[in-house]
Amino acid sequence: MCFYDEMKGYHWDSVESEIMNRSRDDVEKALTSSSMNLDGLMSLVSPAAEPYLEEMAQRAHQVTQQRFGRVISLFAPLYLSNECTNSCVYCGFNMTNRIDRLTLTAEEALVEARAIRRLGFQHILLVSGEAPHLVTLPYLTSVVDLLRPLFPSISIEIYPMDTSSYEELIKHGVDGLIVYQESYNEDVYKQCHPRGRKSDFHWRLETPDRGGNAGFRRIGLGALLGLANWRVEAFFLALHAQYLLRHFWKSFITISFPRLRPAAGAFEPPCPVSDVQFVQLLAALRLLFPDAGLILSTRESPYLRDHLIPLGITSMSAGSRTEPGGYAHETHAEAQFAVADERPPEIVAEVIRSKGYEAVWKDWDAAFLH
Amino acid sequence: MICPFWLHLRLFFVQIASMTPRKGERNMNDPLMIAGRSFRSRLLLGTGKFSSSRIMRDALAASETEIVTVALRRVDLADPGDNILSVVDTNRYLLLPNTSGARDAGEAVRLARLARAAGCGEWVKLEVTPDPQYLLPDPIETLKAAEILVKEGFVVLPYIGADPILAKRLEEVGSATVMPLGSPIGSNQGIKTRVSIEIIIEKANVPVVVDAGLGAPSHAAEAMEMGADAVLVNTAIAVAGDPVAMAVAFKKGVEAGREGFLAGLGRTRGVAEASSPLTGFLR
Repeated sequence: MCFYDEMKGYHWDSVESEIMNRSRDDVEKALTSSSMNLDGLMSLVSPAAEPYLEEMAQRAHQVTQQRFGRVISLFAPLYLSNECTNSCVYCGFNMTNRIDRLTLTAEEALVEARAIRRLGFQHILLVSGEAPHLVTLPYLTSVVDLLRPLFPSISIEIYPMDTSSYEELIKHGVDGLIVYQESYNEDVYKQCHPRGRKSDFHWRLETPDRGGNAGFRRIGLGALLGLANWRVEAFFLALHAQYLLRHFWKSFITISFPRLRPAAGAFEPPCPVSDVQFVQLLAALRLLFPDAGLILSTRESPYLRDHLIPLGITSMSAGSRTEPGGYAHETHAEAQFAVADERPPEIVAEVIRSKGYEAVWKDWDAAFLH
Repeated sequence: MICPFWLHLRLFFVQIASMTPRKGERNMNDPLMIAGRSFRSRLLLGTGKFSSSRIMRDALAASETEIVTVALRRVDLADPGDNILSVVDTNRYLLLPNTSGARDAGEAVRLARLARAAGCGEWVKLEVTPDPQYLLPDPIETLKAAEILVKEGFVVLPYIGADPILAKRLEEVGSATVMPLGSPIGSNQGIKTRVSIEIIIEKANVPVVVDAGLGAPSHAAEAMEMGADAVLVNTAIAVAGDPVAMAVAFKKGVEAGREGFLAGLGRTRGVAEASSPLTGFLR
């Protein structure tokens, strides 16, 4: 049994039709129900729910505050490599883009990590393109070994690996795995990922299963907003999260909201998601998953990020550099996406405090794993 | 003439009244004893979820708590300026590190040892919560960890589901308290496990601290009226509109509940009791 078996029970077009035809009565029923479920989520992400956005936001705020308190965790990504063997049509690292490529040596990664640590971060996310010939398992474990003394928490957002590789990374001290499915629509997925290992929809879809089997403490999901109808993506994302919560009950599930931003290659998102819809998605998922971590990146503008703080977000990146070497090296390497919030982390932390929240730099300890 | 029965009853109430400390002295005469240490306050506080260190510090002070639990995952033991540890004045509060986030006995034991090595003392609130969703404690791993930690000289205060047998087993391996949940942590639902907590209290030879789910001062009072020795509160205070005022309210709730318990609550009856007994003529 893997998630694909469960997903087969739902047809994209039928789910879409169901969502688009939800009425205000359906939305009110979902909002007055004592417990939320997938059916309720379909109502809350439907066009009929837009007039209820404020009510949904208020509830999302209350639920999040109850479960997580008045705190926002901060983390930073460390891009190890922008080499890639895929040609994702929306990505700056697309192998067909003529850009400066760079893979940091382990020592260079340590220099970057020290710069990130000096900014205050204690949670770090290692990111790379799909370049298993360069970003090898021994390379990754050597980087993790060097970073371990600096960071209580190390997560990865790299190319999908097999279970035994994940087990090895966990042994070296990686506690979190993030892998976005990009799109749960198999046809759209194939159009957007025409070449490379990533073109295999199943291999990517089952990555969280492999991560769960390996024992990651945190498993992060996400759909790339802009590729297909976000309302339907939300349904399948929720289905996926529910599946993982049942099967890997010891893992903490996080959901990210990557929204397509301008990048090299000038890809225009076919199904752009507006700010209003973004908030609707965030609030609906929070109401279905009161206990999930909801993560916001620097893809979004300062204005939007600041206003999303009380809406259900539990974790944010800040001061991010999305090119390898961006924190401490002179580099011309291409970034994965343009950062919209370029404020330094201490300014972001100050904004968090001004909103009545505490900016949390440490919420984990390496001692759990070793 | 006062009949012997009423005389005895009156004497009983006089005795109770003399046991109940006078205003301003109540805590001095009714200490909470844990592992041979005496505490005036029966309210333990957690330090998570506060919007700032300053508000947390003020809430701790207002609650008059003497035992403060801190999640080891949240603090940097190597950093003297840590924003939680630097606020918890160890001259004023007993620092009770907790193992929140541990999924099994091994992890919990490791964290406790680290805390002790870093100078956090012998006391540890044992939390083994493998399910990050509801944060319910694992009874098997908790018992295993308690046994190991007690043998290593720790004062162990385990967070548990409201399971009377588990409470006895933990007592047998040397736990200093048992800390059953009233309802899932952070849920503010109050005491949903009343029947089991009553049995735990009835059978316990160690202090019973109702630990999770208390969302209102009245919930704390209810736990104390039931005969719990203390309560631990975090979310309800940390996320209140005014955490400092709520800390005071919980302090009062705990005190009122304790005094009600000591005063001897009347029995709850399903039917009205006639003030003129029909069988009184038989005496």
